[in-house]
Amino acid sequence: MNGAEALIKALEAEGTKVIFGYPGGVLVSFYESLCDSNMIHILTRHEQAAAHMADGYARVSGKAGVCIGTSGPGATNLVTGVATAHMDSSPVIALTGQVSSNIIGDDAFQEIDSFGIFMPITKHNFQIRQADDLVDIMRKAHEIATTGRPGPVHVDMPSDILTGELSKAVKIPADINISSYKPTTVGHPLQIKKTLEAIMNSKKPLILAGGGVSIAHASEELLEFAELLNIPVCTTLMGKGCISEKHELSTGLTGMHGTHASNNLIDKCDLLIAVGCRFSDRVTGKVSEFAPNAKVIHMDIDPAEIGKNVSVDIPIVGDAKRILQDLIKQLKKQKRKHEELSTSENTLENSNSKFLDISEWSDEVKKLKEESEKELSVTAEEKQKTKETKETKEEEKIEKIEKIHPKVAIYDLMEAIYDIDPELENTYVTTDVGQNQMWMARYFKFKKDALITSGGLGTMGFGFPAALGVKFAKPKANVISISGDGGFLMNSQELATMAHYDIPVVAVIFNNRALGMVHQLQSVLNNRQSQIDLGETPDFIQLAHSYGVMAERVSNSKDLKETLKKAILMNKPYVIEVMIDSGYAVKVVAPGANLTKMIEPENKEPCSEKILFKDMVSKL
Amino acid sequence: MDKRHIITVLVLHKPSVLQRISGLFARRWFNISSITVGTTENPDIARMTIVVKGDDTHLEQVLKQLNKLVEVVKVKDLKHNNYVERELCIVKIHAPTESGKSQITQYANIFRGSIVDLSAETITVEITGDESKINAFLDLVRPLGIKEVARTGLTALMRGSKILKSNKK
Ligand SMILES: Cc1ncc(C[n+]2csc(CCOP(=O)(O)OP(=O)(O)O)c2C)c(N)n1
Repeated sequence: MNGAEALIKALEAEGTKVIFGYPGGVLVSFYESLCDSNMIHILTRHEQAAAHMADGYARVSGKAGVCIGTSGPGATNLVTGVATAHMDSSPVIALTGQVSSNIIGDDAFQEIDSFGIFMPITKHNFQIRQADDLVDIMRKAHEIATTGRPGPVHVDMPSDILTGELSKAVKIPADINISSYKPTTVGHPLQIKKTLEAIMNSKKPLILAGGGVSIAHASEELLEFAELLNIPVCTTLMGKGCISEKHELSTGLTGMHGTHASNNLIDKCDLLIAVGCRFSDRVTGKVSEFAPNAKVIHMDIDPAEIGKNVSVDIPIVGDAKRILQDLIKQLKKQKRKHEELSTSENTLENSNSKFLDISEWSDEVKKLKEESEKELSVTAEEKQKTKETKETKEEEKIEKIEKIHPKVAIYDLMEAIYDIDPELENTYVTTDVGQNQMWMARYFKFKKDALITSGGLGTMGFGFPAALGVKFAKPKANVISISGDGGFLMNSQELATMAHYDIPVVAVIFNNRALGMVHQLQSVLNNRQSQIDLGETPDFIQLAHSYGVMAERVSNSKDLKETLKKAILMNKPYVIEVMIDSGYAVKVVAPGANLTKMIEPENKEPCSEKILFKDMVSKL
Repeated sequence: MDKRHIITVLVLHKPSVLQRISGLFARRWFNISSITVGTTENPDIARMTIVVKGDDTHLEQVLKQLNKLVEVVKVKDLKHNNYVERELCIVKIHAPTESGKSQITQYANIFRGSIVDLSAETITVEITGDESKINAFLDLVRPLGIKEVARTGLTALMRGSKILKSNKK
């Protein structure tokens, strides 16, 4: 058996069902052996997309997602996708071919130090030096990628190792002992005890839930914990939906684009219980003014996250699910004891009856939430603002194009999706990066952790290929990707992949003909516009049609809802281009500012002053 | 306040481990004052001694980030001067005259260094000790004219019967 065959066996043993990749010279033996396997291979049109698909697959399936690229440019094209997975703790196995080991270091054709390049953007990486190690390393790679704090693992495989014969029969190790890798999963009992004490002593507790809750599949426990104590819950972008945002304890997103309620609650709380979040700068705003009145409890599987950005009073290292289960158990015990005491007539303190009395705080939360709701809901005026503008399409023809207010568009999407799947049990939504992402984060209420987005690296071009990957993890689910026009164009070549395999995903493009988020940032920071105008190319409908994908352009609210419903129910590859009012900005906390100081950037159209090549020539 | 910390790291003795560790320091802007690597009593394990400067939060991050690396078996910050530290220094000193040579030999004796090479123009001294001892010696001979210095960087072990063992088993 040669290395490539052993690799296939090893992947099959890991339960790999699908590989996203792109072949090349050094991978010929791998692709040849793949013919004898039942695993599916999806030929993407770019390796970056292969990595995003594997990432999308991993985030939803709970298993590792596998992608592969050839040596040199194949490997470097994977980089952005792998780095994206790294920042969001997604278990991706990235395989790269490498030139033959006898010419490594000679700057051979398509040689690149992919081992060195991937080192800082993976949880761990390997370069295989003998064919006999392949199977063990593949086991280790999966173990490392999927346990503890998950993350991508890269394996670089010189071509002669793939073609070389193994000296012994392949034996897939069931368990692998990596002596130096032992993640802690159980929370320390003393810290748990301290946490309970801190909770009982608090008047204004708040839970901050991050992506770690979803990764640990701890949503149910989080809800039970919050409900037992009646503590409000705000989330980070990655934690969005880990508690239903329709639940009365949910206060919505926090941070730079957070809700009025969440950001103010962080400012006011006296106890912040952070679960599976890493306090990124997008969440904290000005760190020195973050949660100024609070004792901080931080539960995380990665000890290095604790105390990294925010100083912590009670650290608990471990798996969020385990820790929450432990806390719930103890809380229930305490509650029972408390109830017994307060009902027994003999006790002296039977009048002091509440388990944890935070009713004043709950009233405050309610008030803040009401204010948030006002701001988050669509006003009649905004609905009206769906406006008509004139645009010059071709030389002489003047077309009237209506545009939808982005908030209205999100509500339309939300209504359409909830009409089809009221409990959101069978739906996943990916977003790209930009205003589209933040509109979704602010206005779309998720009932479960169904949002797949690039929170850490903020990678434009992520959403659409990730959605294709999600569909392989949940073939029966409705999968919808939301992108801006800029981000969609960064991986629009995957329309070919979608069409070729007939993958039923609905790609919604919010076309504001601008790099909206940068436009907004410019107006917050210095109010000068530069290089954010994407102009009117391309015609997304024609673009989709050219790949054989059905497509429709909508420019009013009613059409959007109906078209999205139709596309989802049709269960076919579908592109919906939504004409968006480009002059609308989302409320933000300016970078590095205090969370309670949200500003509303000036609503401005991007200037569409276009300079043509012929006019630039004089400057060249 | 920035303090000097000596960190001992036991790592799997594998290719590229040093790259992984130095890469970690570079990318997170942890400054290395000195780093030494060598084999240990166990052929599968290498020992690194890393000297860094920074406050306590900085140190905590350094330790935690190092600990996260899959090939790192054990990390320990050697505290409270409860350790033995040594550095090896070889210094070539300008010594064209007999009197200069005997003067340097005398200094070397006082510092328990030894003469390891001699030429008409120079004398080369080997000296081991902690950083401050070596600095003191170099200060002493500097006026005579130091031609070249090679220092190994610091290595250290805890005092007493305590040893550094993997707790990750
Ligand atoms: C690969 C990449 N390049 C650049 C950026 C910086 N960036 C963040 S948002 C944004 C604008 C996105 O524009 P668009 O995709 O049209 O979405 P919109 O903000 O208009 O919704 C840019 C350029 C990025 N996040 N990713």
